[in-house]
Amino acid sequence: MQIDELIENFELLEDWEDKYRYLIDLGAKLPPLPQELQSEEWKVSGCQSQVWLVPEVVMENGQKLLDFKGSSDAAIVKGIVAVVLSIFAHKTPAEIKEIAVENIFAKLGLSEHLSPSRRNGLSAMTDKIRYYAEVL
Amino acid sequence: MYDIEQIRRDFPILSVSINGHPNTFLDTAASAQKPQCVIDAVSQTYANSYANVHRGAYYLSEEMTVKYEQARAKVRKFLNAASEHEIVFTRNATEALNLVAYSWGRKFLKPGDEVLISQAEHHANLIPWQILRDEIGIKLQIFKIADDGSYVADEFLGLLSEKTKLVSVTAMSNVLGTVFPIADMVKAAHRVGALFMVDACQYAAHRKIDVQDWDCDFLAFSGHKTYGPSGIGVLYGKMSLLEQMPPYQVGGDMVDTVSYDHTTYALPPARFEAGTPAMVDAIGLGVALDYLQNLGWDNLCAHEEELIAYTNAKLQEIPGLKIIGTAADKGGVFSFDLNGIHAQDVAFILDKEGVAVRTGHHCAEPLIKRMGYTSLARASLGLYTSHQDIDRFVNALQKTQSFF
Repeated sequence: MQIDELIENFELLEDWEDKYRYLIDLGAKLPPLPQELQSEEWKVSGCQSQVWLVPEVVMENGQKLLDFKGSSDAAIVKGIVAVVLSIFAHKTPAEIKEIAVENIFAKLGLSEHLSPSRRNGLSAMTDKIRYYAEVL
Repeated sequence: MYDIEQIRRDFPILSVSINGHPNTFLDTAASAQKPQCVIDAVSQTYANSYANVHRGAYYLSEEMTVKYEQARAKVRKFLNAASEHEIVFTRNATEALNLVAYSWGRKFLKPGDEVLISQAEHHANLIPWQILRDEIGIKLQIFKIADDGSYVADEFLGLLSEKTKLVSVTAMSNVLGTVFPIADMVKAAHRVGALFMVDACQYAAHRKIDVQDWDCDFLAFSGHKTYGPSGIGVLYGKMSLLEQMPPYQVGGDMVDTVSYDHTTYALPPARFEAGTPAMVDAIGLGVALDYLQNLGWDNLCAHEEELIAYTNAKLQEIPGLKIIGTAADKGGVFSFDLNGIHAQDVAFILDKEGVAVRTGHHCAEPLIKRMGYTSLARASLGLYTSHQDIDRFVNALQKTQSFF
């Protein structure tokens, strides 16, 4: 799903319960991450639950783009992973550097529901994605 | 008489609203809330009688020193220690445990000596011994607990031998709530010539301690879990042992004489209190211990016992909820699994309902694994926990189930 579409969908949801239910649903609909990728190598440290992010480089018209697969063992965080994956899907390293994730989560109406330590999970994911954008 | 409504009013934070709901604080095992008298003691000390201790020959310093030493006297009374010299103020219980490992362990332990701990220890009572194992070559022995979290005497006695130099065990598990029979264990340890250290972090806030009755050699507890300020902890040690131990840190206020060539150290406890101590927090701790004891141990224990039974009964009514740690003698600690839902998901939704629980490995990762989990949610009770708290907790758990 495109991020704009996600933002529209979230705007229709009024309270935290609906937003959480939708997040859980988004996480559940993520394509399953193969067991062998749920390894230390792809683990994002700094999250309260286990989170994995796996980058993939694609070349399109001579331009380098990144895609990500990911998952978590916790349902709500897995939903956040799903949102993060759509935010960063099919972007150039330069674009990845520019994206203001916090603003997008504010638009989704989720930032107020994510306490600092949970947001650390989100920022750990973002940091990891930016790291991959830099080194790959 | 234990007037829970009156007691709750002593804790201002309990009337703060959380996410639009009443504050249902069920994380006292991680850190307890503070009564107004402790908050006042801290702020009034800063406002009216603050100066450094043991140093200045002037009014405020004298007054501050007297208050700091009065706090030590209160801790002595709280533990029923033989002397105030046996009470060392530390930053927290972790520092107290590390102090013994660093100072006593490095001086007295030799390769092949054994330190015996339980499977239910907090990291703070595990890692210091692992370090000594790797540095000195001691053997770290770990006795098993039962699947329900119970203490098994045969497991403990089976690993206790002439080689055991120190037993270090929690009096009440922070994950399972299991209460260990410290007095019996100390006797057994002393029979083989081993010393005994008690991690009383959880126990201290819930039941009366008498170190002379237990006859333990060392004991650690933290101020912040006993309704006192953060940043202050206590190490109790028998004087005959503390006297033989070298300093753990060195600097000001812990020396006898210093020249450029040589330094002789002060007697305990000053020897172990290098630098300016957390004196205001110590004063706050003294007030917290007074508060706790003024409630009356019998009243407090009766309240908590009844509430534990109530919580057990209520939780058992929830289909799919499994309590991890069901020893017959346990404190108000309820680690649980709810229908296999990730502990973090449970905590997220409980939080939206104003209910605070801890999640994760609770600084006891090997224990969580031993119980068959990677992460657990934990609700814990305190002296201010009410039946309404438990009812709101149970309702929030049922709501959580509706999400999955």
